[in-house]
Amino acid sequence: MPLSTQCQDDDKKYVLVASLDNARNLSNILKAITFKDHAIFTATSNGLQVTVEYCKTLQASAFIQTEIFQEFTIKEDLVAFQINLTVLLDCLNIFGGSPVAGTSTALQMCYKGYGYPLTLYLEEGGVVTVCKIKTQEPEELIDFDFCSTNVINQVILQSESLKEAFSELDMTSEVLTITMSPSRPYFRLSTFGNSGNAHYDYSKDSDMMEMFRCTKTQTNRYKMSLLKPSTKALALSCKVSVRTDNRGFLSLQYLIRNDDGQHSYVDFFCCPDEEGEEE
Amino acid sequence: MQCVVTGGNVKVLAKAIHSLSRIGEELYVEPQKDGLALRSVNSSRSAYACFLFAPLFFSRYSIPNGKDFRCKIAIKSVQSVFRSVATLEKTVEKCHIELDEENDRLTFTLHCKHGLLKTHNLSYQDSESLQAMFDKDACTTNFRVNPRVLVDTVAHFPPSLEEVTVTVSDERMWVRNYVEDETERSKAMLTELCLASDEFDHFVVKAHNSFTFCLKELRGLLVFAESNNLPVSMYFKEPGCPVVLSVTDSVMEGNFVLATLSDGSSPPKNKSKGAHTQQSLPPDDFMNDDMDSYLIAMDTSVASSAAEPPASTLTDPCTSKLPEANHKTRTHSEEEEEEEVADGPDRPPNKKFRSLFFGSVLPPSPQMSTQPVTTQEVLASDSEDES
Repeated sequence: MPLSTQCQDDDKKYVLVASLDNARNLSNILKAITFKDHAIFTATSNGLQVTVEYCKTLQASAFIQTEIFQEFTIKEDLVAFQINLTVLLDCLNIFGGSPVAGTSTALQMCYKGYGYPLTLYLEEGGVVTVCKIKTQEPEELIDFDFCSTNVINQVILQSESLKEAFSELDMTSEVLTITMSPSRPYFRLSTFGNSGNAHYDYSKDSDMMEMFRCTKTQTNRYKMSLLKPSTKALALSCKVSVRTDNRGFLSLQYLIRNDDGQHSYVDFFCCPDEEGEEE
Repeated sequence: MQCVVTGGNVKVLAKAIHSLSRIGEELYVEPQKDGLALRSVNSSRSAYACFLFAPLFFSRYSIPNGKDFRCKIAIKSVQSVFRSVATLEKTVEKCHIELDEENDRLTFTLHCKHGLLKTHNLSYQDSESLQAMFDKDACTTNFRVNPRVLVDTVAHFPPSLEEVTVTVSDERMWVRNYVEDETERSKAMLTELCLASDEFDHFVVKAHNSFTFCLKELRGLLVFAESNNLPVSMYFKEPGCPVVLSVTDSVMEGNFVLATLSDGSSPPKNKSKGAHTQQSLPPDDFMNDDMDSYLIAMDTSVASSAAEPPASTLTDPCTSKLPEANHKTRTHSEEEEEEEVADGPDRPPNKKFRSLFFGSVLPPSPQMSTQPVTTQEVLASDSEDES
């Protein structure tokens, strides 16, 4: 394969080399978190994490495990840099965004370390493109300190039903409230818009509900503008886990299955709206 | 008020609401003994539509006791309840419509598959009654046709086309796009379709006539008729009188009343109370066309007092409660008197509604500006005020 020869000579110099036979396995997931231009890339032996933050109130991360890559070599414990995500996606889709049946774009990403650009080798149908994207000092990521011991309520739903609800949400509402409770209405999404309010209730006995673990009734408000970016991830996912902790922080985890049946994850952490109060 | 719609009827209700949204921006809801009436009217009062769902359409139907209830809701809000008709069909099992008078809310609850419950609490405003007056039996010309025929016919006209002219003879119907100016006629593309009487299920023409009306508003009805596979009936008397289009089945009736343009060659009459005939008109001249031609006679109980500012439009929320029955009668008869008093050839009659078919196109005319300001509330603004 032509790509594997590109990096070989400089093998000793690269701290990170990752290859994919199908670049879409990366680009599709990155699309789910592209609501800001810049992203922090963090690579460890477990795989690749790409994180985007917004206004210190929203953080989204995509996790692509080592197993998904055809080749994943990392010379240091942790490799991190900041990069323009929009530019990266444009490069990954350089052969055209719409996939032609039977063909796929092969990708190899190489990074020499601090100060060096991220080099992408992309190949489709015998044509090779080289892209070098500048990297920056990675900004400090907020630690939302969301740990499982503080989780009060959790549900896991099949994405299908949530997709319907999210596509119908009243966008004139500034907030979305999420109510989770061991008693009715169990799991409720509410909007308060110009024409009135709307509630979407999911019963705990619903066959869309894969797991229902709610210990205490909680209603939390989140700005609609913060949750809207998550709909891209929702659209790609097959399952979603919704968790809230004792501070009302929201964690949305989306399970995304790629073309080859492998799993990747996208996490969204969101702060509750200041004005709202927990019950 | 409590209405429950189940199964396939939810889709029918949703489509009716989407149809009404093509007419006006507000949905007038009135639960009546003979069924639930959903109505809409456009801002220039040249198009009116009403769907009446009989009690049998619902699996449960109960109306508020005592006083008549009617309200209006922004139609976009109701549309958002029934946003995706395709999904409705697949997932909605039941739809409850309940009235919450304490909070001035109408609650739509959709019971969907997989244990999902969607509840929409929509705020409403009190409204006056909205009822167009039309008499299908008096219409000399009427047709009934498979909606597919009409859909295929209008498909030939561009979506931007505003008005069409329909001409009928004993055996045929012609549908042509309407071009105002003689000068424009030579530059515009003219499309004409001819339908033979055998394409119709029923075709009765008593007089050869032409009538021009707004196509855009008709399309809403056609979509509804086609999706429910219901024949469309058209009732027409003469130019200037509104054309009525209906779809009916055993549990539902929809009527679209569209104003038509007078052709100026015959003294136009309209169907309002105290019908007022003017002298025969000069040759077809837009400025001199009788205002009445563009009106749809409408019956609206005026809920305001004399102190109301005269220029208020019908879209202003009527915050006052509906008048008591005797007050209503009194206002009504006042207006009738006024109509007779204003019976002069040079002044337009003092009707309850003044609406203009081509509101935005019509240049300011002396007739319009001399609308008398009386104790009666003027419920439709002059064309200059129309945005």
